[in-house]
Amino acid sequence: MPQVTLTVNGKKHTVEVEPRTLLVELLREKLRLTGTHVGCDTSQCGACVVHINGDSVKSCTTLAVMCEGAEVTTIEGLASPDGTLHPMQEAFREYHALQCGFCTPGMVMSAIDLVRKNPQGLSEEEIRHGLEGNLCRCTGYHNIVKAIAAAQEVMHGRRKELARAAE
Amino acid sequence: MYEFAYHKPSSVADAVKLLSADPEARPVAGGHTLLPALKHRLARPTALVDLSGIAELRGIRREGDKVVVGALARHAEVASSDVVKGAIPALARLAGTIGDVQVRNRGTIGGSVANNDPAADYPAAVLGLGATVVTDRRRIAADDFFTGMFTTALEPGEILVAIEFPVPEKAGYAKMKNPASRYVMTGAFVSRGPQGVRVAINGAGPCVFRQAEMEKALAANWSPDAVANIRQSPDGLNSDIHGSAEYRAHLVTVMAKRAVADAG
Amino acid sequence: MNVVTPFEGIGASVRRKEDLRFLSGRGQYTDDLNRQGQTWAHILRSPHPHARIRGIDTRAASAMPGVLAVFTGKDMAEAGVGGLPCGWLIHNKDGSPMAEPPHPVLAVDKVRHVGDPVAVVVAETRAQARDAAEAIAVDYEVLPAAATMAQALAPGAPQLHEGAPGNLCYDWHIGDKAVVDAAFARAHKVATLELVNNRLVPNAMEPRAAIGEYDRGTGDYTLWTTSQNPHVIRLLMGANVLHIPESRLRVIAPDVGGGFGSKIYHYAEEAIVTWASGRVERPVKWTADRVESFMSDAHGRDHVTKAELALDQDGKILALRVSTLANMGAYLSTFAPCIPTYLYATLLAGVYTTPAIYCEVKAVFTNTVPVDAYRGAGRPEATYLLERLMDVAAAETGIDRIELRRRNFIRPDQFPYQTPVALQYDSGNYHATLDQALQAADWAGFEARRAEAKRRGRLRGIGVSTYIEACGIAPSAVVGSLGARAGLYEVGTIRVHPTGSVTVLTGAHSHGQGHETTFAQLVADKLGVPVAQVEVVHGDTGKVPFGMGTYGSRSLAVGGSAMMKAMDKIIAKGKRIAAHLMEASVEDIEFERGEFRVAGTDKKKTLTEISVAAYVPHNYPIEELEPGLEETAFYDPKNFTFPAGCHVAEVEIDPETGRTQVVNFTAVDDVGRVINPMIVEGQVQGGVAQGIGQALLERCVYDENGQLLSGSMMDYTMPRADDLPPVGVATHTTLCTHNPLGVKGCGEVGAIGSPPAVINAVVDALKEYGVRHVEMPATPERIWQIINANRPRMAAE
Repeated sequence: MPQVTLTVNGKKHTVEVEPRTLLVELLREKLRLTGTHVGCDTSQCGACVVHINGDSVKSCTTLAVMCEGAEVTTIEGLASPDGTLHPMQEAFREYHALQCGFCTPGMVMSAIDLVRKNPQGLSEEEIRHGLEGNLCRCTGYHNIVKAIAAAQEVMHGRRKELARAAE
Repeated sequence: MYEFAYHKPSSVADAVKLLSADPEARPVAGGHTLLPALKHRLARPTALVDLSGIAELRGIRREGDKVVVGALARHAEVASSDVVKGAIPALARLAGTIGDVQVRNRGTIGGSVANNDPAADYPAAVLGLGATVVTDRRRIAADDFFTGMFTTALEPGEILVAIEFPVPEKAGYAKMKNPASRYVMTGAFVSRGPQGVRVAINGAGPCVFRQAEMEKALAANWSPDAVANIRQSPDGLNSDIHGSAEYRAHLVTVMAKRAVADAG
Repeated sequence: MNVVTPFEGIGASVRRKEDLRFLSGRGQYTDDLNRQGQTWAHILRSPHPHARIRGIDTRAASAMPGVLAVFTGKDMAEAGVGGLPCGWLIHNKDGSPMAEPPHPVLAVDKVRHVGDPVAVVVAETRAQARDAAEAIAVDYEVLPAAATMAQALAPGAPQLHEGAPGNLCYDWHIGDKAVVDAAFARAHKVATLELVNNRLVPNAMEPRAAIGEYDRGTGDYTLWTTSQNPHVIRLLMGANVLHIPESRLRVIAPDVGGGFGSKIYHYAEEAIVTWASGRVERPVKWTADRVESFMSDAHGRDHVTKAELALDQDGKILALRVSTLANMGAYLSTFAPCIPTYLYATLLAGVYTTPAIYCEVKAVFTNTVPVDAYRGAGRPEATYLLERLMDVAAAETGIDRIELRRRNFIRPDQFPYQTPVALQYDSGNYHATLDQALQAADWAGFEARRAEAKRRGRLRGIGVSTYIEACGIAPSAVVGSLGARAGLYEVGTIRVHPTGSVTVLTGAHSHGQGHETTFAQLVADKLGVPVAQVEVVHGDTGKVPFGMGTYGSRSLAVGGSAMMKAMDKIIAKGKRIAAHLMEASVEDIEFERGEFRVAGTDKKKTLTEISVAAYVPHNYPIEELEPGLEETAFYDPKNFTFPAGCHVAEVEIDPETGRTQVVNFTAVDDVGRVINPMIVEGQVQGGVAQGIGQALLERCVYDENGQLLSGSMMDYTMPRADDLPPVGVATHTTLCTHNPLGVKGCGEVGAIGSPPAVINAVVDALKEYGVRHVEMPATPERIWQIINANRPRMAAE
């Protein structure tokens, strides 16, 4: 069986995989990182989004063997070792941007990539457009958009602390 | 997915060798067309030949009056490339609307063009700009490349290396997306330049095609109004739960008009 | 109410306790769990809508690598496995019971829809199970199919079930037909509308999954499943299907990734993995892929209706007459029969004083996936037809659509209000929610926005719906008399630990609703225990005494009420302990802010001191009181609750492509007392998103042969962020009069009120084309066809 060596959340792993193993299967079944979810089989829903070398990618549409040498970040790798949440995670909580939580890991990973690649800042409409690859069935996206808009201010250093949601 | 072997050659020559030795082997780059098909067990290749390690297939560069885009260029790379944005902004815009952010981070131009999905974006640009498809063994004009639904002039084992886009004076793109899949329901890519006036329609038919009547009208008068009253026949167009052939035929006119407006 | 911790009690937008685990990838959904020695099941499903099974050859599959077992419907039937039960019995007009054909776990003699399970392979890995399933040879005799209700009801139609002649499940009615017909005879105007309520696929983001595990040592079974109500699954599966006593069967629904109704029902796969785990004596896991979900999760809606409204010369409604065909699909799902009857026709009075209503419903079997409750369940269908009909009536009478509604509203002084279709509304203020919504949406300023849009080449329209729903399901005696085969109370246990922290055990189930927070707020409010020290346990029959689960916006109204009742018992017991400790009379003990005080003195004991005394009963009234501080209450609601409100949608249509965008959406809802405003807003926003999805995007389509055309997310349009507008949400509260919290429920209002608001806006946008009605979903092509068909006439005029 082929081997693949990749770094996941800063930790190097060498794993034996069948060529037909998807990255998401490697993460969930071999590494037991079950935060990355599978919500569809047509690359539509984005519950499986992780970062590969800094880009958001659908891990259900990526073969594990194609990730040789890659740096992979999953939802489990976002918070600081001391438990401090990434500003995007914090914003999702503050703005009630999740309900059942199933789409959340992929949504957060996509949101971080979106914000990082748009340092000029994004309007709410641009955020909605940027979430084209992620489905949420619970929230209607309203609060997800608000959370991302608030998080980008912190991520780009325009605010020190997350703006509180209106009560 | 069924089981398959996996190869990752580092040169085009090695890739061609692998593919020629095994007619059931399939090349893969970003995997965003092939893997969904494999997951649904719609295809059963014996092996995947991963082209992503082949340096010759990379890069986007300006060569005189052409922009050369390597087959491995990801949609996001094309969308953000200064070379493309400077020379053919409509091509960069098109790339920036393919699928979603994650698809654009993995999917490649070579994969999209070689697959020739009727609902894909790139074939419209390749045909609409009169580009040349460069393979490991020859150069194929866009007009000869797209031969039918999911079929191209590529021979078994032939590898798409790059696409050469002539730099147009003007080019524009507009599309109506399928509301569910977000693939193209009907799109139009228009250009005026060294290849003359070209109007390529994607999504509407089984294969991207040129709309001759619109080309003629635009050659005489480059303006949205010139195509606004040209009706596309619905005969032979695609029909599904999202859009009948009649609706797609109507959209051909609307999208062509908008593409001309987009071109300016 | 006692507000000990003002930022955490009732009315505070407490940030959710459950979010930390979901945001850090540490949720535990069923597919995240793996058991020692686990195997995988793959279910072979029918590719045919209707076929006889002549034989199944499993020999080749059984010999495939990694395969432990292959089972067919015959194997399960021979082992005594029963069929999937239906939880509701409807009676026909003539009093006879509905047709209730068998629903085998695995098909035995016939398959009746694409996706009908035929056989199961258990193998070491998921891929091996799937590989082997392809090697099963099923000899099908393909039969003609009835894909639509019209096909199924046609003379000579293919018959799905022996016990359901004409493919009719039931022919039911409610109301006094003679009185209604008489009212129509004297009507000044009659507004008539024929409409379709489009079939939907719920598509919770987490696909269904199940793990069955048999313990050889004890003979016990455990099932982990993606369920909204694990106790009901235990009851139905244990008693009806597998014949395992409750004491031997534990059902756990861990974190569940959305349900919207689709995870209420007892599904075949739950029984298959549980039973198979006993046969192979290893845990058996199954997880649906999305394509499988499309053909095996219960679908929603799917009505064809003719409705007529009779009005007098002042625009007062005299009567409503409705005739509906409701699609049941191929088999009866758990609650299917009650959805188009008692959850639908009983809502047809809406918020209006309609004095006479008659509704008849024919439920029809077709060769499609079973249909059951989906967010709102019957009530969106009722609301859609009523609120569309009000707009049609307004157009036909020439009375403004707002004014027509106002004239017919039940007034605040008319409560309790008895409708002619069985329900008695306890409270509401429909004028107030309407006025508030019109103001928030700037209804008065709309024409300027329409004109501005027109300058941009866009058609802009505005629509309103004033809706009501019946939820907080439900009084057991009432539903029992209507055919329910279960009680619909809820159970809550409050366990005050020795140190004063609290565990709440609830029979309600949270799969996105935020119960771990909202329920903790109730405890914080009532007992003065900080939210952080309240643990909410749900979803495990091994921990929670009993429960009926979460659906029908019942968790707070019924489950929360059970908790309140249990807390009353805790306080009563605490008072007796406090009286003993402080040497006072029980009557003199007051409980407030987490403290027991002797009235008129400064003597007090904290809840923690009382709980320590209860668990360390050294100084304790042991002769008259048991130690410990834990109480359980069963709460059976006295009535349904009646959330109501007003939704206003504003749309813009691109007339060239037909594409419609909702550009503004305003919801003003009366959900009763609001415990956590942040969560309520989120629930409404999510419901509205699904309602806009139904109105503009979503539809489940079968071709005329019964093949599922919208069988994946490539063809079924799921609403995305850029399909939806920001959704403005406000509340206007009238309290529910019959439960201890005054709550009504907020889970479904969004999906109920929004579809007619959107379609009314679409029709308004197209009014210059002479359009009277637009079917859902108003897809770009559908709108373009309307515009295209009416353009010549416009030109001619």
